[in-house]
Amino acid sequence: MIISRGFHGRRPTADRKLPPGQYETTGFPVLSAGPTPRLSAADTELSVTAETGRRHTWRWADLMALPSERPTVDLHCVTKWSKFETRWEGISLDVLLADVETDADHTLVSSHGGYTTNIPLADLLDGKAWVVHTYEGEPLAPEHGGPLRLLVPHLYLWKSAKWLRSIELRDEDEPGFWESAGYHDYGDPWREQRYRGD
Amino acid sequence: MARATVQGRLGERLRWRTAEVVGRGSEYAEATTLMLKVPDWPGHLAGQHVDVRLTAEDGYSTQRSYSVASTPEPGYLEITVQSLPDGEVSPYLAHDMAVGDLLELRGPVGGWFVWRPEQEEPVLLVAGGSGLVPLMSMIRARGSSGGRTPFRLLYSLRSPAHGLYTKELREGLPGLDVTYLYTREAPEGAKREPGRIVPSDLVDHGWPAEFAPTCYVCGPTAFAEKASAYLVLLGHSPERVRVERFGGTGE
Repeated sequence: MIISRGFHGRRPTADRKLPPGQYETTGFPVLSAGPTPRLSAADTELSVTAETGRRHTWRWADLMALPSERPTVDLHCVTKWSKFETRWEGISLDVLLADVETDADHTLVSSHGGYTTNIPLADLLDGKAWVVHTYEGEPLAPEHGGPLRLLVPHLYLWKSAKWLRSIELRDEDEPGFWESAGYHDYGDPWREQRYRGD
Repeated sequence: MARATVQGRLGERLRWRTAEVVGRGSEYAEATTLMLKVPDWPGHLAGQHVDVRLTAEDGYSTQRSYSVASTPEPGYLEITVQSLPDGEVSPYLAHDMAVGDLLELRGPVGGWFVWRPEQEEPVLLVAGGSGLVPLMSMIRARGSSGGRTPFRLLYSLRSPAHGLYTKELREGLPGLDVTYLYTREAPEGAKREPGRIVPSDLVDHGWPAEFAPTCYVCGPTAFAEKASAYLVLLGHSPERVRVERFGGTGE
């Protein structure tokens, strides 16, 4: 262990538990690789394509007609900040995928603007993931992924793709944008899986 | 958005390395450049960052990311740290670290916000405040690789007293055009009124979209959001606008 002389640091507040290497922020930083696309909710279409090629689509009104949930979750970004108790509203992936027949183990999630990320299908099910359109009671802002983003809070936030467009169910795993650039394939913050090989 | 290029050797873990402070450079009151000797450091690509880990005597440790400021080279790198009020890490790095002190770092990280000397297209760099740091690494990498592709830098800063790498930028390099956009206070005789970046700044001092430059925008979120949106409005393909945002975190 290398001690940095005279460094004291600041311990996390009270009973909060931070994943290793993270610090708490009360702001909501923005991390994206390109310009923010300006998309309208009215033109939104979300698709899920099974490994059989069968494609399911939802327009905005279809999504709004589905039962919604209001998860309160902690966010952990690979750039080290964590934000506690963020409140969202959206549709559970369990609801969205209920009628989708699949034997696939993997998904590749795509965004408007070309961003992609890969997530095991099991990590999108059983109450672990949502497509969200509302943050702290307000329509989700474009820089935070509005009108529609994925929310998979048990993985680093780069997995929660902004400007969600499609989810492809796949037999084979295919690395997404950051996963191809040296970031970890799975991205569990509690095991500090930031980069490939962690 | 094109696929980011695979960085580093597949499967090799980014391990923590011990870095020694071998020099400190004062940029302005709140900003310091730390010169770091890092045995076995493989070098980086201009634009990449490193993760820095500080550990206190009782074992408490914390990490932050900093862009590399220097030109890519083995065994050595520089980071420039702007001390943020109430920051946990940046005041320590900027003010307290002395020559001979140690810290840990690992990297280089990031395969998208990078410039490679083999790129042939013109380059537009748009910096807000300390967002200049990774862009300076690109300017330096161009210089040390003998690059001739034309670079233009638009640098938004509060006042002439808040400049990074002032002397080096003033001395200049052939094929590098630098435009300063002062937001609060401009030097006497400046033609542009102080103010935040506006589209006409990019029209007057950037490249026309037809030249298909690669644009690198780095700065605080509000700045980066604005500058990148203006570039898209001016006809630059979103694919060619690479953005690195920071701030809003209090650190």
